[in-house]
Amino acid sequence: MIDQNLPVTEEELHAYVDGELAPDRRAAVETWLASHPEDAARVAQWRAQADAIRARFGMLASEPVPARFDLDNLARGAPSWRGAAAAAVVLAFLTGGVVGWMAHGASAAAPSRFDTFTTQALEAHKVYVVEVRHPVEVTGGERPHLVQWLSKRLDYELQIPNLEPSGLKLVGGRLLPGPFGPAAFCMYEGPSGERFTIYYARTDSPQTAMRYREGDRFAALYWVERGLAYVVSGPPERERLLSIAQAAYDQIDKGTQAK
Amino acid sequence: MSGFREGIEAAVPALRRYARALTRNRELADDLVQDTLVRALRSEHLFHGGDIRSWLYTILTNLNRNRLRALARRPALQAIEDNDAADVAGPEAGARDIERALASLVEDQRSALLLVVLEGLSYREVAQVQGVPIGTVMSRLARARLQIKAYLDGERPALRRIK
Repeated sequence: MIDQNLPVTEEELHAYVDGELAPDRRAAVETWLASHPEDAARVAQWRAQADAIRARFGMLASEPVPARFDLDNLARGAPSWRGAAAAAVVLAFLTGGVVGWMAHGASAAAPSRFDTFTTQALEAHKVYVVEVRHPVEVTGGERPHLVQWLSKRLDYELQIPNLEPSGLKLVGGRLLPGPFGPAAFCMYEGPSGERFTIYYARTDSPQTAMRYREGDRFAALYWVERGLAYVVSGPPERERLLSIAQAAYDQIDKGTQAK
Repeated sequence: MSGFREGIEAAVPALRRYARALTRNRELADDLVQDTLVRALRSEHLFHGGDIRSWLYTILTNLNRNRLRALARRPALQAIEDNDAADVAGPEAGARDIERALASLVEDQRSALLLVVLEGLSYREVAQVQGVPIGTVMSRLARARLQIKAYLDGERPALRRIK
């Protein structure tokens, strides 16, 4: 068959070791290995690596599970000083980084509103998405209060979109100091813990189209509508971010029209 | 107890094993597992069926990635093996070597390799956990194996410097 004649690729060698190879290629790979000693040696090395990893860590799964992992306790939200301490440490490290970045920005020409707001939003994103226990001041469970409070502080009737159709639950929000007054910041979370945030700040700049900015670890989409700047931040996956920003934009737009 | 809870409970030992291999630090690993469980329990309404184990690996992998992002700006050496010194019984130099070799990997490569060889996930499942195409998983595996070999052959990368 043709399968027997195709040269064996490196990918197939890995798949062979990991039991992922299509059954009809197995014989071809074995024939290949019999006549290619370097490849056979690599396959043997990979197997030895896997054996060493399993020998070193495999038995950890048979350790008795400590009481701290009792699900009933965890579900009740047993307090943990440890989490708070870790968060404080993380924040301390981050602060060093923020100062460095701002100093870097200061040497450039006067930054645009786009630069200013996306920088602020991405910094807030970086600081708060790593928070497990205290990511927000007011939780998503108190949405009416959250909307009312943040709207009052920004003196602007804010729309906090419902992104559940995009698979994101509202974690909640907080107030932030912005470059020209208070800013609002809302966080959303997907099923596997990935987080997106929306940053809102008053601005005097005119309406703009969406603009994309990719930072080193996160990306942001920025737009201005009716005197409010919006920045949606998240992992640097342009399409996903765009679809989420679009969903947010549509709802905000609809909500504003309805007024 | 619901099936959801039971599914999570059954996965705890494997999650601890994975976290331990991923971080090479007992305390850090158990903190990660605890945070993963807390988040999973809180997100029950977001779990739309499927394999609970893969979902938990996804949460843990993301949490660890967030943690590393937060620490990325920290310009210091981390004592990787010292915390675990008591774990290695006797003169198991081989165990130490594989641990150091794993430590030399880039995070995504380490996670891909461990999910496949230690946790027994399929390439497809790893692709879901890491949120990347299968081809990316395969190239991470290939690079991980190459780097481990290079490390064990003695091409040890220069020690991470203090900035």
